[in-house]
Amino acid sequence: MTDLTVFGASGQPASTQPAPTKSILTVDERTRRRNRSESRFRMMGKAAVTFGIVALIGLLVSIMSNGLTSFQQTYISIDVYLDPAVLDKAGNRDPADIAKVSTFGYLPLIEKALGDAIAAKGLAAEGLTAKAAAELISKESPADLRRFVMSDPSMVGETQRFDFLAAGRIDGYYKGRVTMASAQLDRNVSPEQLVLADTLKEDGILTTKFNWSFFTAPDASDTRPEAAGLGVAIIGSAYMMLIVLVLSLPLGVATSIYLEEFAPQNWFTDLIEVNIANRAAVPSIVFGILGLAVLINFVGLPQSAPIVGGLVLTLMTLPTIIIATRSALKAVPPSIRDAALGVGASKMQSIFHHVLPLAMPGILTGAIIGLARALGETAPLLLIGMVAFVREYPSGPPDGFFQPASALPVQIYNWTQRGDPAFVERASGAIIVLLVFLVLMNLLAIVLRRRFERRW
Amino acid sequence: MDVSMIFLCVAVLAALGYVLGRRQALALSASRGIKLHSLPGYYGQTVALLTAVPALILLCAWLLVQPGIIETRVSGMIPDSVVPQGGAQSLVMADVRRIANGLGAVQARAEQAGADVDVEELDFNNVRARLAQVGVALGSDVPSEVFEAAKTYRQSSDFGHLLMTIAVLALAVGSLPLAYMRIAPELRARNLSESFVKWLLMLSSLVAILTTVGIVGSLVFETYVFFTLYPWQDFFFSATWNPQFRGGSDLGILPLLWGTFYVSIISLIVAVPIGLMIAVFLSEYAGPRTRSIVKPAIEMLAGIPTIVYGLFALITVGPFLRDWFAQPLGLGTSSSSVLTAGLVMGVMIIPFVSSLSDDIINAVPQSLRDGSYALGSTQSETIKKVVLPAALPGIVGAILLAASRAIGETMIVVLGAGAAAKLDINPFEAMTTVTVKIVSQLTGDTEFASPETLVAFALGLTLFVITLCLNVMALYIVRKYREQYE
Repeated sequence: MTDLTVFGASGQPASTQPAPTKSILTVDERTRRRNRSESRFRMMGKAAVTFGIVALIGLLVSIMSNGLTSFQQTYISIDVYLDPAVLDKAGNRDPADIAKVSTFGYLPLIEKALGDAIAAKGLAAEGLTAKAAAELISKESPADLRRFVMSDPSMVGETQRFDFLAAGRIDGYYKGRVTMASAQLDRNVSPEQLVLADTLKEDGILTTKFNWSFFTAPDASDTRPEAAGLGVAIIGSAYMMLIVLVLSLPLGVATSIYLEEFAPQNWFTDLIEVNIANRAAVPSIVFGILGLAVLINFVGLPQSAPIVGGLVLTLMTLPTIIIATRSALKAVPPSIRDAALGVGASKMQSIFHHVLPLAMPGILTGAIIGLARALGETAPLLLIGMVAFVREYPSGPPDGFFQPASALPVQIYNWTQRGDPAFVERASGAIIVLLVFLVLMNLLAIVLRRRFERRW
Repeated sequence: MDVSMIFLCVAVLAALGYVLGRRQALALSASRGIKLHSLPGYYGQTVALLTAVPALILLCAWLLVQPGIIETRVSGMIPDSVVPQGGAQSLVMADVRRIANGLGAVQARAEQAGADVDVEELDFNNVRARLAQVGVALGSDVPSEVFEAAKTYRQSSDFGHLLMTIAVLALAVGSLPLAYMRIAPELRARNLSESFVKWLLMLSSLVAILTTVGIVGSLVFETYVFFTLYPWQDFFFSATWNPQFRGGSDLGILPLLWGTFYVSIISLIVAVPIGLMIAVFLSEYAGPRTRSIVKPAIEMLAGIPTIVYGLFALITVGPFLRDWFAQPLGLGTSSSSVLTAGLVMGVMIIPFVSSLSDDIINAVPQSLRDGSYALGSTQSETIKKVVLPAALPGIVGAILLAASRAIGETMIVVLGAGAAAKLDINPFEAMTTVTVKIVSQLTGDTEFASPETLVAFALGLTLFVITLCLNVMALYIVRKYREQYE
């Protein structure tokens, strides 16, 4: 018993054990196991990186494959005779009289025009009434036609060539969303209509063109995905970014200068620091609640207005700009300050004439990155009413800041909530537009940093 | 006069002050033969500031105070008999304000048309049609007292506005010569103007505090109102969430909290191992070239707006999980599910975990690694047994930060997790989270007196407290950790 405790489990003194005699060139089992685990670990690292990159690529590919088609749109070009017997019964071309003809009054003109076009080409619309054939054309078209006539009443009585939007389902047929089989089950489109569309395409009446109106047109109602565009949303986002830039850059720079150069070490400064540091802790939706409770209900600013969105996003962007500005100010070497003070500048002069200009590239880079983040922010804007359906363009600034508008990310959310699958295409297309803006802004930031940033 | 016009007038006066002040300083110094204390521009700035700042402060103060005073005066005019049974005085006052604005619009319209309508002469009977013309629809039962109150409201706010215009402009015009007379070569103009700028800098840093005060104040106040309408015990401990806009709803937070934590935990299960392995790979194995490509690519994931992830969950991940897992396994038929939202959110927070952990692993002193290699460990043994344990507190901090990001995330769960408030453990079921319900209770037409709307503020406050605690904890841990190796 006592021997065992003295000499260990082997029962022999350790010193008497013969040393293992083997070459270090032959790898024993234990080393092999350790090497295997080493390479396994390394593989896991590579796998994790691969997963991250595959996820990024998958995300982008999914959005691209769904959205790229939204930049193409199917149009039907036909000659429409603007019949005075329908549009101007009094015959005096008085805009007030023409205005009395409602949108529905224009529908027969389009029906007739399409019927004539089909007949003129010697095609046959088998199994389709004139009305069903006209359903190939978007429901938005009579309104477009009316707008055209109202803008120029002298055109009544003329024949004019129009590019009408094709209906959403017809457009979807050429983008692979609608097939003959699905049309059988769909009450919005029939296989006969698709056959007619094909014959029109062969004849060059139905064409596919680049979709400019996607960037300029306002939103459209649930049943007219083909007419929906991003115009109002782009303007709304641009207004908000303008407000964010104008407010957050001076405020952020002023705060940073104060904290970096002037603030005394006391509880008050600490309070400001803590407030800025913990801003990242506040979920973005809470800023939306702030906007709703304080800016809309308490101050009484209008709902859905870019001014409210801009203010909320300013508060969210400020910490980003403050952090970037402070590190840019810190990066300016003290010798610059000392030299300025040495030749008799005041502290304020040394900062505003020397330190700030040198820190400017860093500050602008931070501001652009903050703006890019603000541009993609959705949740707070939902709460301040920017989900509203807005068709009218806001007027120019500053009045337009107080009028209802949409915003790019909110418009995307809005479209995902609609029934027609064509809106998924629109939403993905809108995301591509949003991402292009973000990439451009980030590239600008990178260029600024590369070209102007000085290393000391 | 418009407020912006008043502002413009003051600005013009200030500009005038600048020119005069600068010229006067130069003239005085030349005539008396004394050198100026400051550069001439500072004398101009001093006059401009002394002209504009008091006037603008008065303008702001007046704009803030006047509505309150008029409101109290006018609401005294409304007898209690006019306030409808069960209604609030504030609703009547809203009517008063609406009619008062309408009267202004009537007058503006009349002036535009060239007609001379004396609004004071309008009486209760003929005003309805005119108000309707300018888009103010009057309810059928507006009592004459309310109309009279509206007239008084309009008169006194017009009068107050006139008074304000006169007072502000008088102050600006009056302080200009006073400031001008103070100009003397010995005046320390630079110090004056610089201390003003310093005050301005300090005031702008107050915005940070004001934001927090605004957030906490609005959340706490509205939550307090909510708890006067709805018992807090039911809110915190009830397991049913069933809002009814007719009243009598169950507003228990438990199913929402459960959904929030479930989604967050799934996202952490995805993000923590992957993010950590990426951090280890980048900091310990990857060469500078690989690092310079992979690191920005991973960080791009953090730069993509959350609405993009939301759409990805909605159109790609959700249907994929439903068709390949949920339906074959018989676990559900919904394309929006906890798992969908959790997976996509996991991808979103990978960069938060990886870049923070990367910094922290890099901060582990090289001497620890060298010691471990000297004892014969392989690289992975060093990482697992030395580097990671040394970095553990910092990594925990990073994970907590990622968790708080996941809990507060909105768009992914709005689009990916569904809207059904359920206490369930099947990850293929649609569940809902706190943020989703804040959005759904506060979008659309909201009436601010009902508990169904106000509950959103209580939810927001809960969310705010949770994320704030997580963040404070994380920052504390990270800071402690940094100190350890400094």
